[in-house]
Amino acid sequence: MPFMPVKFNLPKRVKLAQGLWMLYWFSVIVGILIFSLGIFFKIELRKRSEMMDNNESHLVPNLLILMGMLACGINTFGGKVCHDCLDPIKFTKWKPMLKMYLLLCCGFSMLLLLTALLCILMQFAVYLTLAEGLKNGIKFYKDTDTPGRCFMKRALDLTQIEFRCCGNNNFRDWFEVQWISNRYLDMSNDEVKDRVLSNVEGKYLMDSVPFSCCNPGSSRPCIQHHLTNNSAHYDYDLRTEELNIWMRGCREALFSYYSSMMNSIGALVFATIILELADMAGLKYLSTALETMVDPENPECESKGWLLEKGIKETFTELLAKLKMLGKKTNQVEEGRDATVDTT
Amino acid sequence: MVLLKMKFTQQRRVHLAQGLWLLSWLAVMCGAFVFCLGVYLKTELLRREEVMDNTEIHVVPNILMMVGLASVGTNWVASRVCQDSLEGSRFPRWKVLLLAWFVVAALLCCLLIAAVVLSYALQGHLEESLKVGLRNGIRFYKDTDVPGRCFQKETIDRLQMEFRCCGNNNFRDWFEVQWVSNRYLDFTSKEVKDRIRSNVDGRYLLDSVPFSCCNPASPRPCLQNHLTDNSAHYDYEYQSEELNLYNRGCRQALIDYYMGLMNSIGPGVLSVILIQMSVLLSLRYLQTAVEGAMALENPEDDSEGYLLEKGVKETFEEIKANVLSMLKFRQVDPTSTEESPEAANAKKVADNTKEKAGSSTPAS
Repeated sequence: MPFMPVKFNLPKRVKLAQGLWMLYWFSVIVGILIFSLGIFFKIELRKRSEMMDNNESHLVPNLLILMGMLACGINTFGGKVCHDCLDPIKFTKWKPMLKMYLLLCCGFSMLLLLTALLCILMQFAVYLTLAEGLKNGIKFYKDTDTPGRCFMKRALDLTQIEFRCCGNNNFRDWFEVQWISNRYLDMSNDEVKDRVLSNVEGKYLMDSVPFSCCNPGSSRPCIQHHLTNNSAHYDYDLRTEELNIWMRGCREALFSYYSSMMNSIGALVFATIILELADMAGLKYLSTALETMVDPENPECESKGWLLEKGIKETFTELLAKLKMLGKKTNQVEEGRDATVDTT
Repeated sequence: MVLLKMKFTQQRRVHLAQGLWLLSWLAVMCGAFVFCLGVYLKTELLRREEVMDNTEIHVVPNILMMVGLASVGTNWVASRVCQDSLEGSRFPRWKVLLLAWFVVAALLCCLLIAAVVLSYALQGHLEESLKVGLRNGIRFYKDTDVPGRCFQKETIDRLQMEFRCCGNNNFRDWFEVQWVSNRYLDFTSKEVKDRIRSNVDGRYLLDSVPFSCCNPASPRPCLQNHLTDNSAHYDYEYQSEELNLYNRGCRQALIDYYMGLMNSIGPGVLSVILIQMSVLLSLRYLQTAVEGAMALENPEDDSEGYLLEKGVKETFEEIKANVLSMLKFRQVDPTSTEESPEAANAKKVADNTKEKAGSSTPAS
């Protein structure tokens, strides 16, 4: 008893073929969209790779690019089959390939599912990479004379300005590192010497932040230095001051940016999976409807289409039996080979 | 003597009509494109309207938007004319409209050329407007508690950060205004009192700049305060220091930005003008060829298409003669002296077009 049978006459078949053709071309456009989103994501990761210590994982965008190209190819082929199917001569050319093609589509949908899951799950990896990268970024902020790190200062300043954030978790991260290079410190000055000596590691630590932490929306000119000293500035209280510098940490800001991007891409990939399944179902109906025509010479005759030839349970048991047969065959071949080896 | 005469067979007429139909749809899309360019330019100007003193420069995007919309309608009419041109029954109803169409299309081309010319001519006005606007912006930077000016600080800060500039001409503009509000000055402090008294207007002037002037590409953490005092900072000489702050003034930065925008819009507009002109000329050829064919005994025969029935000079003389005869006619008529000058002009133009219609469609 076929699974979900539907009766077809000529107008219905024609409509199904046309609708399916349009659906396949829509899927091609969606494939192109996934491809371009993969490229966009790759570019975004590359742009901020300095904040991630240059060891961010490009698995997700590469996979998206690959999936996009595969989707274009597979769906173009499907569209071509639909275009030709109402012509019996052309259809006989495609008939033997259809089973293989549907299996390929199944495999492709599995891959899409894997991609969508990776989009959602890799966010953790991005979070950890960002935490590590920003910590190093703040540490190397002052090393503008070290080859390989001389642009860290500019990158971090521009990131803090663009994403409206300060430090890794918050602005106090800047209090724990020396972010002014020794080249610009007057070591003969008493104040500088005191500060450096008061610290175990000999670092020049301050309760100040770089200018890129400043919030332009503050009604007061930016207070960068002596942030924890309320008496250093007129009418200033650190605990109540909210608008002076950005309160958010850059890890939080960057992560929410990437996370929203990955979530939307993941949602789009899920939608593509549903689209692919609809394509497959339509093609199965169309091919079975064309194959079961009562009178092949008369195009106006009725026919029946279905998703599975037998019910779900029976198809499943058949599949298991086939796999068992395949397993037995390989065992027999191996036994045969062992026997011949033994006899020699 | 006809201007630029061409022979048209029935086949050629059909090809011309089809090609012109496609060209006029292309022109419709170009009109939409010009409209979008106008909208884009206007939005960019409106975004920074807080640092501009007047809106004279807005005439350029306004013209582009108007012309874009008008050319969408005009070229759509042209495509309809093309569709009807090969049917003898439907074409005559367009006869009266076509002359007006030519005038409108020529006017649109002139307006587009005017827009391109204005975009260069108004550069001086834009610069003046920015000079005054930025000067006010810097003056009112500290007034974050005054209604109507409370966002001036944020606007100027974001402008300086985005366009990588400082001050009006350069960073020294900040030395001449008090940009720290009195609310944040401790008037009991001796230093503050000294500074205010040393100034004639009682302003608290500093040789410092706001944080938004800082250049992130500098290898050294930004030095904002005591900029002219070399001894205030270790290993610092302000005459040779180039990377610490942005060197460019915001007026120059904004002028460069807007001129760059208009320069990139320029070629697009020029190509739209070319397309519009080609639609105009092709439609004229189609009109004369089809009318010529309709006047023949056998409409499928060859006909002639031309741009002007007489030469340029002769057509011009004819128009002038018609205008003069109209004037003479009016002088004979005593009631015409009460007419207002605008009405007289409008009548002249209307008569002009009627005469043109009379001279260019002899077959009707």
